Amino acid sequence: MTKRTLFDKIWDAHVVTAVPNGPTQLYIDRHYCHEVTSPQAFDGLRKRGLKVFRPEKTTLSPDHNIPTLLQDQPIKDLISKHQVDTLTRNANEFGLTMYGLGHSKNGIIHVIGPENGLTLPGMTIVCGDSHTSTHGAFGSIAFGIGTSEVEMVLASQCILQPRPKTMRITFNGKLKSGVTAKDLALYMISQLTTGGATGYFVEYAGEAIRALSMEERMTVCNLSIEMGARGGMIAPDETTYYYIKRREFAPKDEAWDKALAYWKTLPTDEGAVFDRAIAFDASAIEPMITYGTNPGMGISIHSSIPTLDEIDPAGRISFEKAMTYMGFTPGEKIEGKSIDYVFLGSCTNGRIEDFRVFASFVKGKKKAEHVIAWLVPGSWAVEKQIRAEGLDKILEEAGFALRQPGCSACLAMNDDKVPAGKYAVSTSNRNFEGRQGPGARTLLAGPLVAAAAAITGKITDPKNI
Amino acid sequence: MEKFQTLTSTCVPLPIENVDTDQIIPARFLKATTREGFGANLFADWRYDKSGQPISNFVLNNSTYSGQALVAGKNFGSGSSREHAAWALAGYGFKVVVSSFFADIFKGNALNNGVLPVVVSDVFLLELFAAIQVDPTTTITVNLEQQTISNNASGVVETFEINPYKKECLLHGLDDIDYLLSKKDAIEAWEKAH
Repeated sequence: MTKRTLFDKIWDAHVVTAVPNGPTQLYIDRHYCHEVTSPQAFDGLRKRGLKVFRPEKTTLSPDHNIPTLLQDQPIKDLISKHQVDTLTRNANEFGLTMYGLGHSKNGIIHVIGPENGLTLPGMTIVCGDSHTSTHGAFGSIAFGIGTSEVEMVLASQCILQPRPKTMRITFNGKLKSGVTAKDLALYMISQLTTGGATGYFVEYAGEAIRALSMEERMTVCNLSIEMGARGGMIAPDETTYYYIKRREFAPKDEAWDKALAYWKTLPTDEGAVFDRAIAFDASAIEPMITYGTNPGMGISIHSSIPTLDEIDPAGRISFEKAMTYMGFTPGEKIEGKSIDYVFLGSCTNGRIEDFRVFASFVKGKKKAEHVIAWLVPGSWAVEKQIRAEGLDKILEEAGFALRQPGCSACLAMNDDKVPAGKYAVSTSNRNFEGRQGPGARTLLAGPLVAAAAAITGKITDPKNI
Repeated sequence: MEKFQTLTSTCVPLPIENVDTDQIIPARFLKATTREGFGANLFADWRYDKSGQPISNFVLNNSTYSGQALVAGKNFGSGSSREHAAWALAGYGFKVVVSSFFADIFKGNALNNGVLPVVVSDVFLLELFAAIQVDPTTTITVNLEQQTISNNASGVVETFEINPYKKECLLHGLDDIDYLLSKKDAIEAWEKAH
């Protein structure tokens, strides 16, 4: 029998038809929707006089535009309010499940899907959001789509997709203590560049990946898009099943046994061929931080920013533009630079484990006075867990306050904007120009490096405190 | 969707690599609930200063350059899946984007909105940038049926790849939903079998 990859098995099982000389018509098991990329899709349905084909397979949550303070009050930004209200209206009109503002299940769509057991191994999952790749951590094919495709899924529960190539990225060895999944991902993107995996669907494998918790696996898969990959995935194992079994919408009893038996057939067959395979030594990875304006511009916290000579000639205009924007000089050290803001949150690092890591580091210490820190749980369930574990008290004693869940400063569609020229150590996913506010200077890092920066007010190796 | 067959046009050069969709249309402009009006904010943070005044050295504010073809550095459209990026380019009046490499989601979004991403070789791209710099009236001709792009200054012609199905859609102005809606029986059959 042909040896197949995890990707091949799930893809093949979801092919409805193949367009001659064209893309595949793929059936979608789960569709997530937020307020920013869906209104035009619902409008499209109305114009064509269509209903949602399989309403039970779509789940909505407003997350991008919502404030992270005073969520019980009407949203002050009227344009944001209109977009959030439009999502509610569409949910009602088309009979869809929505976890709106004030609902105990509200939160960032990529956080609430997994924590409610809506994301399962073997599924095809899409959302009008590039970080849909997060859900691949469960051994599913999950990827971001545009609004026209959101409309296709709503209308037919299918989309047309060319089959991507497959890539396996293996992390051999163990991560050093004090090195997080975010560091692993930033290291990988710095090696592959932001376009290095374009056209591919990635499977992460190896000892260091197996050792990761589900939260950490989600961080890695979430960042797949930052090297251009269509998505990233990790074969399900006992860690996956243990995480899912406790979740509200996960299969129960006989259905669980049946599902589990199927999930166990999914991992890549021994000897299956990938279009490309690369390997890294996980034990060589140091805490990482980015210095430039794309997520591929990452270095170990002890390293210097590259000099112009080290940059490929074709990329020098962009590199110099990034240096000017960031206010950095090529060749200088990044450690010890003063920072102004710290953001803990987003679909990349807004889960309970990220708050545990951050809280355990700042416990008994004090936030640097000049640093403004935004700690934004990824969902209300995460917020509740933070309080249940008493992490909120630890954070408060160290001078931090929790905000309310949402995408927040990751893309600054709400009021959480970093002012022009200010430096933010951010656990989010993108350091593009203006991403956290016009002129804002973003340094991407993991929750541990962010915690160290919040305490010292400088870019600091957490090990040195 | 509007049909696309051929285009001969002058070019707007943007010789920057890794232009991400946050630059094409910054997030704060994504709050609209229709597809219209995004062209005014295309490249907003490079195009306007804090007070909303045009920044004179940005290419869209330089009357020397105009046309329906944007020529951009390698890896255009990376980052967010926002289709608003394609709407902004189309809304501004671009019908073609030429680069040596495109991000996947952007490419799909562009094709779904009648904007043709044309992948050329690094050499073709560099020569085109140089030709535009020497003579801003330099034109390119893109022929979708033939899958060719020509630099009309040098006469160099390259062929480009496009999925045959997407090509047919663009040539005839059809979109994917028409196809999917015609496959309802197949979808229901798939559901029964699973």
